[in-house]
Amino acid sequence: MTRTLPPNSQPTAAPDALIIPLETRVPGRATTSLPLRREGPAKLTGVAKYADDLVFPGAWYGATIRSTEPHATLVGVDLAEAFDWSQVVVVTAADIPGDNVVSLIRDDQPILVPIGGEIRHQAEALCLVASADRETLRAAKRHLSVRTERLPAVFDPLESTEEFSHLEVGQGDLDVGFAEAELVIEGTYRVGHQEQLYIENQAMIALPHPDGGVTVHGSCQCPYYIHRALKRSLQLTDEQAVVVQAETGGGFGGKEEYPSMIALHAALLARKLGKPVRMIYERHEDLSATTKRHPAVVTHRTGVMRDGRLVAQEIDVVMDGGAYCTLTPVVLSRGVLHAGGPYRCPNVRIRGRAMATNTPPNGAFRGFGAPQTEFAAETQVNRIAEALGMSPLELRRLWAYREGDTTPTGQVLRESVAAPEVLEAAAEASDFVRHTEQTGRARAARASDARSASGIGLAMGWHGAGFTGSGEVHIAGVASVELTDMGVVRVLTAQTEMGQGTKTIFPQLVAEELGLEPEEVEVAPQDTSIVPDSGPTVASRTAMVVGGLIIKAARRLRAQVEAVTDRPFPDSYQLFARDHGGMRVDERFEPYPNVQFDDATYTGDAYPAFGWACAVARVDVDLDTGEVIVRDVVSADDAGRIIHPVLAEGQVEGGTLQAIGYATIEEIKLVDGRYLNDRLATYLIPTSLDAPRIEAILVEKPFSGAPHGAKGIGELPMDVGAPAVVAAIHDATGVWIHDLPATPERILAALTGAPTPAAPGVSVRAPDRGGA
Amino acid sequence: MSFRFFVNGDPVEVEVPGMRRLLDVLREDLALTGTKEGCGEGECGACSVLLDGAVVDACLVPICQVDGTSIRTVEGLGAENKLNDLQSAFLETGGAQCGICTPGMLMAAEAFLASGGPSDEDSIREAIAGNLCRCTGYRKIVEAIAQAAEQRRAADPHPA
Ligand code: FES
Ligand code: FES
Repeated sequence: MTRTLPPNSQPTAAPDALIIPLETRVPGRATTSLPLRREGPAKLTGVAKYADDLVFPGAWYGATIRSTEPHATLVGVDLAEAFDWSQVVVVTAADIPGDNVVSLIRDDQPILVPIGGEIRHQAEALCLVASADRETLRAAKRHLSVRTERLPAVFDPLESTEEFSHLEVGQGDLDVGFAEAELVIEGTYRVGHQEQLYIENQAMIALPHPDGGVTVHGSCQCPYYIHRALKRSLQLTDEQAVVVQAETGGGFGGKEEYPSMIALHAALLARKLGKPVRMIYERHEDLSATTKRHPAVVTHRTGVMRDGRLVAQEIDVVMDGGAYCTLTPVVLSRGVLHAGGPYRCPNVRIRGRAMATNTPPNGAFRGFGAPQTEFAAETQVNRIAEALGMSPLELRRLWAYREGDTTPTGQVLRESVAAPEVLEAAAEASDFVRHTEQTGRARAARASDARSASGIGLAMGWHGAGFTGSGEVHIAGVASVELTDMGVVRVLTAQTEMGQGTKTIFPQLVAEELGLEPEEVEVAPQDTSIVPDSGPTVASRTAMVVGGLIIKAARRLRAQVEAVTDRPFPDSYQLFARDHGGMRVDERFEPYPNVQFDDATYTGDAYPAFGWACAVARVDVDLDTGEVIVRDVVSADDAGRIIHPVLAEGQVEGGTLQAIGYATIEEIKLVDGRYLNDRLATYLIPTSLDAPRIEAILVEKPFSGAPHGAKGIGELPMDVGAPAVVAAIHDATGVWIHDLPATPERILAALTGAPTPAAPGVSVRAPDRGGA
Repeated sequence: MSFRFFVNGDPVEVEVPGMRRLLDVLREDLALTGTKEGCGEGECGACSVLLDGAVVDACLVPICQVDGTSIRTVEGLGAENKLNDLQSAFLETGGAQCGICTPGMLMAAEAFLASGGPSDEDSIREAIAGNLCRCTGYRKIVEAIAQAAEQRRAADPHPA
C-alpha cells in the first residue's frame, strides 16, 4: 500500500538565508502556537518514569566485577568458600550463548573477558553477580576475587603501535602551496577526555521471557543498537529481543553505544536467574567505566600570504581510542573531515589515525570528533591572524566558505552555506569590534602589576549534518506515520527523547503537513516491538533526516486519505478510519539528490549539508591565580530551519555550556590507565554560577534536500565554544593556551614561563609499577 | 525503628533502619520516585527536597533526622493537568529538557521563592548553585524562576 505512490513533488526552492524573525510564518516552522514540550508536564511533576523509577516485582540487583589492571591475562575467578553462594547468581563469559562481543563496528570488545582472555583496560567487565538485596550483593562482591597476570601497558597514543583506523583527505598540491606561502605557522594542540555527565546514570533492567527471549527497559539513545547486540549474543530472533526506552535523563552521545553493554549484562543475569535484573550504575561506576570524548593531538602547519590569503594547510590528527574500537573510526573521520575549519584553501592534506591504548574505550560525545579538531583549527586561525597583524574577524571574512567553494574531499558546497552569516551575526550581536578595541587599549595601558584582565575571542565552525559519507544510505532508516483504526494519527520512529525535544517537534512537523494541531498527533513509544528502525538518535540527524521522512510519510498519508474522501484531511480522516480502517505509511530513506560519496577514496559529498556556527566569548582572567571566568557567550548557529525556537535555543545554550566546561574545567587525570577523578566531587562541570550569560542567535539557511530545510543543531555549539574562550584568554593575557582545558595551572605556566603541566588525556604510570 | 513525619502534608510512618537514606525511603518505601539520584554524595542536587522548608540533599539525610519533620517533594507541587506557577514557567520557558535535574531544581527554586528575597538573576543563580543541570546551560531555568517570582509578587505584593 505504501510503495505505490508516485515520488513526492520536489520541495519548493529554499529561500535565501537568514535570520528570520521567529514569529514569521515559513514552511517547515509550525507557527500557530508553539507546542510546549510534550513530555514536559510528566517531567515537571515527577510522574515521568526513568529506568530507576520502574518497579518490577521480584527483581534482583545486578553488579559488574571489573578489572583493576590496565592490561593483563584473566587467569581465574574465585568464589570464596566461606560465602553462601546460593543467594547469588554469577555469570561469566561461559554463560554467553552467542558471540561474546558487543556488536558494533569491529568485533573486538567482549561482553565479559573469558578465562584465559586478555584484559585491556582498568574498568573492563570480567563477570557479573546479582542478588535479591543490595547487602548480599555487596558481600558477594567482597567474596569474589579475580586472578590476573599483568601485561605491559600502553597509555600514550603517540607510542601505541596498534591502530584502529586511519584516513587521509586532501586536494591541490601541498608542496606548491608551501612554496608559494610567505609565512608558515605551526602549532600542536592537545585535548583530553571529557565526560558526557548526563545527570541520570546509565541504567538497564532486563526481564526474561519463558522462551529465552528478553525485554530490556532502560536509558538509551539507540534502542536498535541494543536490539542487534542482544539478538547476536543471546541468539534471539527479532521478536525475542525487545528494547524499550525509559525516560532518559540526558545522553549527549554517552548513551549511544555503552547501553548495549549494560543491557547485555542485565539480560545475561536475568536469563540465568529467571527473574528481572536491575543494572543501575552509580555515578562512580558510570564515570570510571563508560565512554568519554576521545583525547587528541592535532598538529597544524599552515601557509599564508602577507595579504592574508590561505594557500596551504597540512594537518595531522591522532586520536586515542582507548582499549576497544567502539565508534572510533567514525569519530576520527568526522574529526578529520572538519579539521581544516570552514575555510577555502587550494592545497590541503589532512591525515588522521586512531590508536589503541590500555585505557577505557572512548566513544560518542556531542560533536563526535569535531570539537577536538575544530578547537585546534580555530586556535591556529586566531594565531595566524595575530601573526599577520589582522583582526580574526577580517581574516575569517576572507577565508570563510561561500556557496560554490570546494572542501578537501572535493565536495562542492552548492547551497546552504551560512558561514558568512553566522560570522556577521555573532560579531554584531557581541559588538566584537568595539570590545576588541577596548580590550586592546586596556592591554596596552595595563600596569605590570595588574591583577586581572579581560578579553574577547571569536571562533567559528561547521558541522556536517547527519551521518558521514554513505552512512544514511547504509542505515536506510524507516519511519512511519499511521492513522489508527481508532482515527488517531501517530508517528512511529525509533528516535529517542533525551531532552532535545524529539517528542515535541515530530508531532509538530506531522501536524503541519496534515493540517492538524500538534496535540492531535501522538508519538508511539520507543519500543522495538512497535516502532520501525529509523536509525540511531545521534549525529544531529533526528530533525533533518527522520524529520524529513515523517513529513514525506505524512504527505502521502494525507494524499491517500484525501483521494478516497475527496475532502481535506482534517475534516475527513476520522471518518476514513471508521469506514476503511487504519492505514500506515512507511517511508524509507532515499539518498539526497546529487549527494555522492566514495567510501574507498574518501572523496565526494562527505555530508548532505553543513550547519555553521560562530561563538564570541568574553572572559576575565585573574592574573595571580590564572583563574578564568567566562562572562558571556554569543553563539550564532545555522540549523537550516528552526522548527521550534525555544527547543533550538535550549540546544545552543546547553551545548555552549558543555563547550565552556571543555574549555575551562573538565579534565580527567589518569594513573596507570585509570581515571583518578571518577566522582562528581572531583570531575567538575559548570554550575549556574560558573555558567556565562549565553545568547543564542538562530540563523536559517535551509537545505533543499530536506522537505523542511532543517539540518540539525545539537552538536554545532559544541564545536565553537572552546576555541572562542581560548582566544578570549589570549586577548586578555597575550598567551596562547594550546592544551584543553585552559586550567589555572596551564594559564599560569604560560604567563610565567613555569613548566607546562602534563599533556591532557595521557595516563601517568603508577610509581610502584613498571609497566612496559 | 519507626519514624513518623509528613510528606507533602500527609502523615507517614516507616519502619526502617535509622541510617536509611531519606532518598531511599521516598523512592522505595513510599514509591515517590519523582525525587532523583544523580550522585549519591551531595554533589548534584537531583535529590533536593524541602525539610521543614529548607533545601536538603535527600541522599545525605538519614531517616532518623527526618523524624517529626515535614518533607516536601516534587509530587507535592502540582499535577500534570494542573501545574503550579513555577512548573508552568519551566514548561513555557524551556527550563526542563531531559528532566532529570528538574524535580530537584524545582524544590530549590520553591525554597528560594518562599524566602522572599530579591529575585534578580544573581540571586537566582546563587539559589540553584547546588543543582547541576547538564542540558540547559541554566539560562532558561533562571528565566523560569524569575517569571514565577514575578507572578507571585504580582499576586501577593505584600507577603506577610
Ligand atoms: S543524588 Fe543527592 S546530591 Fe546527587
Ligand atoms: S534538564 Fe537535563 S540535566 Fe537539567
